Parts: sequence; C-alpha cells; structure tokens
Amino acid sequence: MTADLSTIWSWLDEVPDPEIPVISVVDLGIVRDVAWQGDTLEVAVTPTYSGCPATSVIAMDIETALHDQGITNVRIKTQIAPPWTTDWLSDKGRAKLTEYGIAPPSPAGGPDACPRCGGTHLTRISQFGSTPCKAHWRCDDCLEPFDYFKCI
Amino acid sequence: MTDQTALFEYLLRLGDNTLVLGHRVSEWCGHAPVLEEDIALANTALDLIGQTQMWLGLAGEVENAGRSADDLAMHRDVWDFRNLLLVEQPNGDFGQTLMRQCLFDAFHVELLTDLTNASDDRIAAIAAKALKEVTYHLDRSSETVIGLGDGTDESHRRMQAALDLLWPYVGEMFTPDAVDDAMRAAGIAPDLNDLRARFDTRIDAILTEATLAKPESAYAQSGGKTGFRHSEHLGHMLTQMQWLQRAYPGATW
Repeated sequence: MTADLSTIWSWLDEVPDPEIPVISVVDLGIVRDVAWQGDTLEVAVTPTYSGCPATSVIAMDIETALHDQGITNVRIKTQIAPPWTTDWLSDKGRAKLTEYGIAPPSPAGGPDACPRCGGTHLTRISQFGSTPCKAHWRCDDCLEPFDYFKCI
Repeated sequence: MTDQTALFEYLLRLGDNTLVLGHRVSEWCGHAPVLEEDIALANTALDLIGQTQMWLGLAGEVENAGRSADDLAMHRDVWDFRNLLLVEQPNGDFGQTLMRQCLFDAFHVELLTDLTNASDDRIAAIAAKALKEVTYHLDRSSETVIGLGDGTDESHRRMQAALDLLWPYVGEMFTPDAVDDAMRAAGIAPDLNDLRARFDTRIDAILTEATLAKPESAYAQSGGKTGFRHSEHLGHMLTQMQWLQRAYPGATW
C-alpha cells in the first residue's frame, strides 16, 4: 500500500509527543521529511535535545502508528542537521501548549505571559525543568508555578 | 599517523570529554543543595551523554571495527580514554562542580563554534546540535559562578579555592599535539591559540564579575587527552560507570 503523503502527514499529526501528549510530533516540528523509497516509507526525524530519552519512544510510536494504518515497511531516519529549533513548533502546537499550562517559547528568552492567568509579572525559578525542553517559572500575579518551553 | 587514526583519536577526545563530564555531573542526581539545582545538573548531564552518543557513534563508524558508542563507552579501560584531565576531577562541593563546569563550558562553546565550520559535514552537524545545548550550559554555569563568587564570605572563599584547585587543568585544553595538528591541517580542528584568546576573554569577564582572582601560574597538567597519564580519579569513576558491563559483559535489556 502506498498512501499519498498528505494523508501520511495527517496520520503523523495524530501521534502525540510522549512527554507532552497535547501536541503531536508534527506540531513539535521533529518530523522533517516523509518520502516513499520504493515500497518503504522513509520518515526523517530530528531529535529535540541530543539526550532526550523521548526520542526513541517517538520513533517507536511513529512506526506503530504507520503500521496500524497498514504501512508495513517503515524506516525511521535520524537527521540532526539542521539542528531542531523551537521556531519549528506549529501555531496549533503553541496554542495547545498554552492551553495545557506550558508557556510557549519566546525569542525574548522568557515567557510572554502566565499560561494560567495571563499575568505578566514573572520570575524564573530554574533554567531547567522536568524535561530537557522546559524551564521552571512562577507567576507573581496568581502565584502559581508553571513550565516554560525553552527557546532554542 | 594516518588521517583516519587522527580523526578517530580526535572524536574520542570529543566524546570522552562529554561522557566523563556527563557521568561526573550525574553523580549529583538526588544530592544537589536544592531541587532546582538537582534538576539542572541532571539535565546538563543528559545533554552531555546525548552528545556522547553522537561523537562516539561517529568514532565507531570512522574506526570501522564494529564498535558502537556503547562499546566504546563501556568496554574500554582507563588508558584508552582521551578526555581532558579537567573533566575527570571529582565533584568536590557544589561550587567546585560549577567552577569545573564553567571552565569547560567556556572552552566547549568556543570549540563547538569553530567545529560548526569543520570540513567534515558529520562533525559540523553534531557541533551545531551540541552548541545550542552548551550555550545554555554556559549561561547557567557562569551565572552561578558569578553569584557564588560575589556572594557571601563563605561562598567567595570556596569559589576561589575551587578556581585555584582547577586552574592547572585549563592549559591542557589549549596545548596542541600531533592529533590536533593533523585535524587542523584537515580543516576540522581550530587553532588552539586563537581559541585560548577567546576563552580568556570570556573567563576574565566572568571572574571579574565574580570578584575572583585568576591564578598567576601558567603551569599546566597534561596527559588526559593523549591518554599518557590520567589522574587517579578516572579509574575510580570507571569502576562505577562500567560496573555492570564489567560484571556481565554484553548484558542488554
């Protein structure tokens, strides 16, 4: 079976990130290319952070999702250049992050607003957080802590 | 020395630096002074181990003897490691760990910046990936060194002691040998004198702001990156890091 590429992209957009399940691997910008090589589907995936343990889970999830759609021959190709950047996050992904309580990346180097109350008086608690892609911040308006998706 | 041998040696240096420092930093997991620092250290270690997989993976490919990144990390003994002496030094207190990190990060950022222009595309790609992470490491380690150096009498005293202890290990980073020369001739490695000048500019600014005095002695320990003589600490570290593979060679799960 050789499904057309736009259908395959829509299937991949249903594969959730294992750590932040509200966004898909396509929203995250880590699926770089999808192409048929004969009867094998080659999916180029780029890691977010080089040591991120979710990377191998993501590759497995993509393979499983495509197998479930009837594609038997899938090859996951790791592509590290150009390096992943948070500029590749989709607008849909950014909106979903905010809704989930994670402030999306901002080139200013810190969050624009608290994802809970929208407050703009913010303090950085730690440059790192619960996963390699996040930092820990606090809103001084509602006093709630929140995750910030680091901008790289 | 053939170019392939020099390239293999050079990649081991890059990968062993990140492996040994990554393991050292991970020793803090569950022990750091506050939770946020614990998480920061564990994340830094994770980045470094991820970079190790890329460097040692490429080293194995270049060697072409069937050794994977895991084989190189877990099945070599101390005399085959090619990391700088600086990164194998014990953690000491939190300040000493962050001083070691800052000295290495300042070197690492400049080195990776140059390697993004390497004539070998595989090296340039890994360097570009790692540089993003390492830039973030330097932000944090330099801020912490400044905060603790220009902090209380106690924190200042400890940071100065850490700097005095670690400074003799700085010179090795910038002392070229036959491997560095061969890699420079191949358009891969940078000029280490030029790198030193940029390192000094960065470190001088950090130390000034941290109110710390740079040691005057230029004496440099050596023997890590050539593998001629590591300090006693690396062997002890490997007995921990490689314990499982030594007891059960080839074990997987």
